Amino acid sequence: MAGDTTSGKKSIKPFKNSMPVQDPVQRAKNFKEVALGYEEEAVVDEARRCIQCKNKPCLQGCPVEIDIPAFIKMAAERDFAGAIKSIKEKNSLPAVCGRVCPQENQCEKYCTLAKKHQPVAIGRIERYVADWELSREVLIQEVEPPTGKKVAVIGSGPAGLTCAADLAKQGHSVTVFEALHVAGGVLMYGIPEFRLPKGVVQAEVNNLKKIGVKFQLNCVVGKFATVDELMEDWGFDAVFIGTGAGLPHFMKIPGENACGVYSANEFLTRTNLMKAYLFPEYDTPIRVGRKVAVLGGGNVAMDSARTALRLGAEESWIVYRRTEKEMPARREEVEHAMEEGVKFAFLTFPTKILHDEDYWVKGMECLRCELGEKDASGRRSPVPIVGSEYIMEVDTVVVAIGQGPNPLVPRTTKGLECGRKGNIIACSETGATSKAGVFAGGDVVTGAATVILAMGAGRTAAKSIHKYLSENAPERNI
Amino acid sequence: MFKIIKKEVLAPMIKLLEIKAPLVAGKAAAGQFVIIRTHELGERVPLTIADFDREKGIITCVFQEVGKTTRELGTMIPGDCITDFVGPLGLPSHIEKFGRVVCVGGGIGVAPVYPIARALKDAGNDVTGIVGARTKSFIFWEDKMRSACSELRVTTDDGTYARKGFVTDLLREVIEEKGDIALCLAIGPLPMMQAVCALTREYKLKTIVSLNSIMVDGTGMCGSCRVTVGGETKFACVDGPEFDGHEVDFAEMSRRSVIYKPQEKLSIERYDEAGARRPGCGCGGEK
Ligand SMILES: Cc1cc2nc3c(=O)[nH]c(=O)nc-3n(C[C@H](O)[C@H](O)[C@H](O)COP(=O)(O)OP(=O)(O)OC[C@H]3O[C@@H](n4cnc5c(N)ncnc54)[C@H](O)[C@@H]3O)c2cc1C
Ligand SMILES: Cc1cc2nc3c(=O)[nH]c(=O)nc-3n(C[C@H](O)[C@H](O)[C@H](O)COP(=O)(O)OP(=O)(O)OC[C@H]3O[C@@H](n4cnc5c(N)ncnc54)[C@H](O)[C@@H]3O)c2cc1C
Ligand code: SF4
Ligand code: SF4
Ligand code: FES
Repeated sequence: MAGDTTSGKKSIKPFKNSMPVQDPVQRAKNFKEVALGYEEEAVVDEARRCIQCKNKPCLQGCPVEIDIPAFIKMAAERDFAGAIKSIKEKNSLPAVCGRVCPQENQCEKYCTLAKKHQPVAIGRIERYVADWELSREVLIQEVEPPTGKKVAVIGSGPAGLTCAADLAKQGHSVTVFEALHVAGGVLMYGIPEFRLPKGVVQAEVNNLKKIGVKFQLNCVVGKFATVDELMEDWGFDAVFIGTGAGLPHFMKIPGENACGVYSANEFLTRTNLMKAYLFPEYDTPIRVGRKVAVLGGGNVAMDSARTALRLGAEESWIVYRRTEKEMPARREEVEHAMEEGVKFAFLTFPTKILHDEDYWVKGMECLRCELGEKDASGRRSPVPIVGSEYIMEVDTVVVAIGQGPNPLVPRTTKGLECGRKGNIIACSETGATSKAGVFAGGDVVTGAATVILAMGAGRTAAKSIHKYLSENAPERNI
Repeated sequence: MFKIIKKEVLAPMIKLLEIKAPLVAGKAAAGQFVIIRTHELGERVPLTIADFDREKGIITCVFQEVGKTTRELGTMIPGDCITDFVGPLGLPSHIEKFGRVVCVGGGIGVAPVYPIARALKDAGNDVTGIVGARTKSFIFWEDKMRSACSELRVTTDDGTYARKGFVTDLLREVIEEKGDIALCLAIGPLPMMQAVCALTREYKLKTIVSLNSIMVDGTGMCGSCRVTVGGETKFACVDGPEFDGHEVDFAEMSRRSVIYKPQEKLSIERYDEAGARRPGCGCGGEK
């Protein structure tokens, strides 16, 4: 056993067990998952690096408060069934979080080992035990007897899925309404297959179906019914709004509607949701030119640039107005992108998209920038250098500068208070909105954030909805 | 799964389907559209709601076979199911009592114009309908349009039916004759809508057109459908599909509508090689 305690202190391995990954040259040409996951021996070895701190500092970094040392201990003892059961008490989508949580800023950031060494690879262990369960289809979940209360969940992203799972477990009848033809939100249409296989997401969705959650796909709330109608005519006692931040922002520069300019949402939706990378076997087309410029520096930009390479672009550039240091994308994603051959143009500010007579993109006029004073976000803001215009020759542009909340539900719901940016205003401690019986959480409240924060919000709202139903909703005959 | 209840062939390559979709029919209004996906590997394509029956929960779509998806849809028969069917999307037509209005439908455009003309007439307007097609065999729904309008005029490009001429010829006559027209609505192929707008601009006659930009989600999430209207970028799926025709940048619109030409060609060639097949959902019409 590695747990050599004779000296009273474990000898700590300084480094994480490395994650096997697909070779960069190979993977830049396929859509298979990049990180392959630990083998059993590696996961056990990694779990044994955890020193089981009494005060559990890692917990404060996990928005859903998974009992991290507890599940890691079970993993170290090869009790994977116990480990997954423990995780699932807090997190209904562990196979997703183990893959896409920015752990370096969350649980792993607070790990005691991180003070001197690399932290325990909490996310990778979580992924292993979640995959272990999915590959066995065992699913251990207890559901309370039916309460007769009906809840409508709008949107099937991580916020909606988590809220639905928690309420279903408490015996409420939950129906998820989703605008698209599959459930999963950004997990299905945004985050690429090579980072989060769609089969994993659908397996998690199926687990929810098994505990009784009903999914109504192809249903746009605000169109076939409003929130008010769901409550008045459809008999829902409470509503959770988790419609995300799906509205793409554009630069508002000349030429942005030229052929060959995509929003990241469109570029990624065509590829992931509609499987355009398998065209013509799948019917939806996509067009990626020889040289692609992706505008932005976040995860969405990295995903777009890496997708462009896989779709066959000869060159894929990240065009970012600050420097590498300020990029909001996860470090690991930036490194993966660099390994795969994505190129970076920092301190570059596009001012105009140029097109040929057929309206196809043929270049981009850019200004060079230098870093100036710190702005409100604490990052030094870019200042364009006068007279530094130059032309970057590109034939595809993907705009990945952020998304706002989709206005459909706010616009059609009476008495729902919204903020200046169109976000729904909800109490961070309860998820309650200005409208009785209506709760909200995830990106539609916070603006584009993370999977785990959306899940945390879904969980918080589920607690309040449960309380609300017990106190306010009328009894019904089941 | 959304079951096909009825099918009609209206003209060569123009077909009608009645589809069971109670949730969509419950809220459908003139001017709105649906997005369908015929099968699991299929593309999401928008089709206008040409008619609806709230009681029976049925939506009518009329489509022209122009590429793989619409050809495939054309092979489907009553009892078959469409995998995905979502709506009603887009903003409904703005209906009020304007006074005298003209509704122009070119080719396949007659189908989307019909429910709008009917709603305008029901709202107390004097509705002059103008219907045009390339040739006699492409004229459909003449009787339906006649009942939805106060007066209907018909034309064919080649003169094989009614009279010879374009819808713009008839429109000019109507404007000259009646004088006090409050609104014109025109739906049809892009060049037709553009020609109508050029004409009505001369008369300063406000003209509404319905834009068929390329769409994916239809909910304002992707921006594929963006069009320039009055110098501003709009999303046709949520801000439209109807816009003030005098403000629309038709040149941009028509270039954007052929973005995927090479891929569409490849798709249809592949489809033809494999031999037309009916997309089966495997539910045997059960659901
Ligand atoms: C490309 C990309 C990469 C990302 N990478 C990461 C990452 O690595 N790690 C991470 O933690 N986060 C990442 N994020 C952010 C993360 O995905 C989001 O913060 C998270 O998905 C938000 O969850 P949500 O449930 O609030 O909304 P969403 O996931 O956006 O889901 C909202 C759902 O609601 C549906 N909907 C919208 N309107 C309606 C309506 N009117 N009626 C019915 N349904 C409706 C939408 O179709 C959608 O399915 C990424 C985001 C993107 C776009
Ligand atoms: C709001 C709206 C309402 C419409 N209503 C009708 C209708 O009632 N009847 C009808 O026959 N057609 C209608 N259309 C057009 C119809 O969607 C296209 O004919 C159809 O998508 C063509 O698909 P395809 O695979 O058969 O042909 P393709 O070979 O793929 O394309 C042929 C042409 O159709 C257009 N097109 C292709 N894909 C799309 C897409 N995803 N979205 C929109 N347009 C596309 C392009 O201009 C293309 O050049 C409507 C379009 C919109 C946007
Ligand atoms: S859910 Fe995310 S933050 Fe919480 S333990 Fe897992 S990886 Fe860490
Ligand atoms: S802080 Fe790190 S070492 Fe300590 S219990 Fe948590 S994971 Fe284990
Ligand atoms: S079709 Fe995607 S935004 Fe309009």
